[in-house]
Amino acid sequence: MLKKSDPTEPARREILVSLKGAGVHRGGRWLVRNVEFDIARGEIVTLIGPNGSGKSTTARTAIGVLKPDEGSVKRLASLTVGYVPQKLAIDWTLPLTVERLMTLTASHPAAEIREALDSVGIAHLARAEVQALSGGEFQRALLARAILRKPDLLVLDEPVQGVDFSGEVALYELIGAIRDRTGCGILLISHDLHVVMASTDTVICLNGHVCCRGTPQTVVASREYQKLFGARAAGTLAIYRHHHDHTHLPDGRVQHEDGSVTQHCHPDDGHHHDHDHHDEAGHAR
Amino acid sequence: MLDDFFSRALVAGVGLALTTGPLGCLIVWRRMAYFGDTMAHSALLGVALAFLFEINLTVGVFIAAMLVSMALLALQRRGALSTDALLGILSHATLAIGLVMVAFMTWVRVDLMGFLFGDILAVSRLDIALIYGGGALVLGLLAWLWRPLLAATVNEELARAEGMAPDRSRFVFMVTMALVIAIAMKIVGILLITALMIIPAAAARRFASTPEQMAVMASLFGALAVIAGLFGSLEFDTPSGPSIVVAALALFLLSLLPYAGLLKRGGSANGRPVP
Repeated sequence: MLKKSDPTEPARREILVSLKGAGVHRGGRWLVRNVEFDIARGEIVTLIGPNGSGKSTTARTAIGVLKPDEGSVKRLASLTVGYVPQKLAIDWTLPLTVERLMTLTASHPAAEIREALDSVGIAHLARAEVQALSGGEFQRALLARAILRKPDLLVLDEPVQGVDFSGEVALYELIGAIRDRTGCGILLISHDLHVVMASTDTVICLNGHVCCRGTPQTVVASREYQKLFGARAAGTLAIYRHHHDHTHLPDGRVQHEDGSVTQHCHPDDGHHHDHDHHDEAGHAR
Repeated sequence: MLDDFFSRALVAGVGLALTTGPLGCLIVWRRMAYFGDTMAHSALLGVALAFLFEINLTVGVFIAAMLVSMALLALQRRGALSTDALLGILSHATLAIGLVMVAFMTWVRVDLMGFLFGDILAVSRLDIALIYGGGALVLGLLAWLWRPLLAATVNEELARAEGMAPDRSRFVFMVTMALVIAIAMKIVGILLITALMIIPAAAARRFASTPEQMAVMASLFGALAVIAGLFGSLEFDTPSGPSIVVAALALFLLSLLPYAGLLKRGGSANGRPVP
C-alpha cells in the first residue's frame, strides 16, 4: 500500500524538485527530452528504463549536476541533496577509511557517524579502507554518507548494483525506512525493469522520454511476481510488467506497433503505455 | 647562515618540499601527473617570455603555466583530441618554443642546464622569500579548499550535487600548481618539478590511513629527499635537481620494502579496486 511518511504532509505537498519539459543535448543528440515530473517531500520516485535510456542524465539534471538544454528545472531554495552516484571508483592511491568517507563533503559529530553506519549495518567497518569493501558494503557506506547530510532529497543511482538478491531486498527496505523516518524525498534509479520497490510512490519509465508513469499498484502483476519471488517478499518488491507500443531502433528512429517508422516518439506514445499498464493490472487482478 | 649558498639551497629546498607534499598528493589522487608535467614544461616558455619582456622570471613562469592550463581546458572543451594527446602536444610544443626563443635571443646569456635541471648556486635571498611566501600562499589555499578539493577528487558529480563548487576548486588547484612550478624551477629544474611532487606522495601512500596523513608525510619525505639530495649534490658534484629526485626515488623504493607493510595492519595496503 502507499505509505505516507508524515500524516500532515499529504495535505500540503512541498515540491522539492520540479522538471518541466527538460531535455539534455550532448554530442549532437538528445539524451532525454520532454521530461516532466515533480518530487515532493516524503515521496519516493523511481526511474526505470533500459541502459542508455537517460535515467542518470535525468537524475543529474534534477539535482543540478547537468544543466538542461531545454525546459526548466526548479529546485527548492537551499535544498540539501544526498547523492549516491552510479559509478564511484576511488583510486587506490587515496587512503580513505569508511569513517573519513563519511565527512567527505561536510563534517559530522562522531556519534552521528556511528549511528549512520549502524543504521546501514556496517558499523564494524568504520576503520576499513573503502577500496577493500565488497560491492554491497561500499553501497551501504555511500548510503550512510548520503543520509548523514540529513538531506531533503536523497538521490540514489542504482543503489543495489553489486548486491546479491537478499542484500537487495534488505537495501530496498532500508531505503523505505529512511524515507519513513526522515520524511525526505527520494529519487531512485533502477536499470532493472522488473524489480522496483513496493514503497515507491511513483514509477517513471524512461526511454529518452517519459514512456509511462504511475503508482506501482497500477502496474504490479502480482501473480507472476509471487511465482518468482514467493508470497513473503510480495510486500517488499513488485514486478513491473512492461510493454512498449514502439521500439527504439539503433539509429535513434522509432518503430511503432503498426510497423511504421518515425524520427521521434509521438507525443501521445506515453498515453498508450499508461492504458496498456492499466489493462494489464486489471487482468492480473 | 644564509650567507653560504648551500645553506640557502637547503632552506629553500625544504620550504619547497613542504609545499609540494599536499599538492603532489592531489596530483597523484587525481591522476594529473602528466598535466603537471605539461605545466612545468611550459616554464621554459615563461623564461623566454620573461627575458623578452624584461619581467621577473618567476612571474613569467607563473603566467606561462597558467596560460597553458587555460589553453588545455579550452581545447578539452572542444573535444577534438583526447586529453592525453593534447597534453603531449602542449607539453612538448611549449618546451620547444621556449628553447627556440631562447636560442634566438643572442643578447642574453641563458644557463639552459640550470633552468632544466636546477641550480643551487643561483638561489638568492629573494628566492627564499619567494619560496616561503608563495609556499605559505599555496598551503593556505589548499587548506581553505581542502574539503571541496578532496570531494571533487573522489567524485566530481557528487561534489557538484552537494554544493562543493568543483569548478572553483579546480581553478584554485591550477593556480597553486602554477605557483609551485614558478618557485620550484631554480631548485629542481623544469624537467623534474613533477617528480618532486609525485614521488614523495607515492612514498607516503603505504604509511598513511587518511588523506591528511598522506599529505603531511609527503611533505616530510620531500624535505628528507631535498636534504639528502643536496648533500649528495655537494659531495659528488652532481646537479641539484636530479640528485634530489634520485634521493626521493630511494625513499620511495624503501617504502616498498615488505617491512613497511608490517608497520601498519598487514595486508590493508592491498586494496581491491572498487567495483
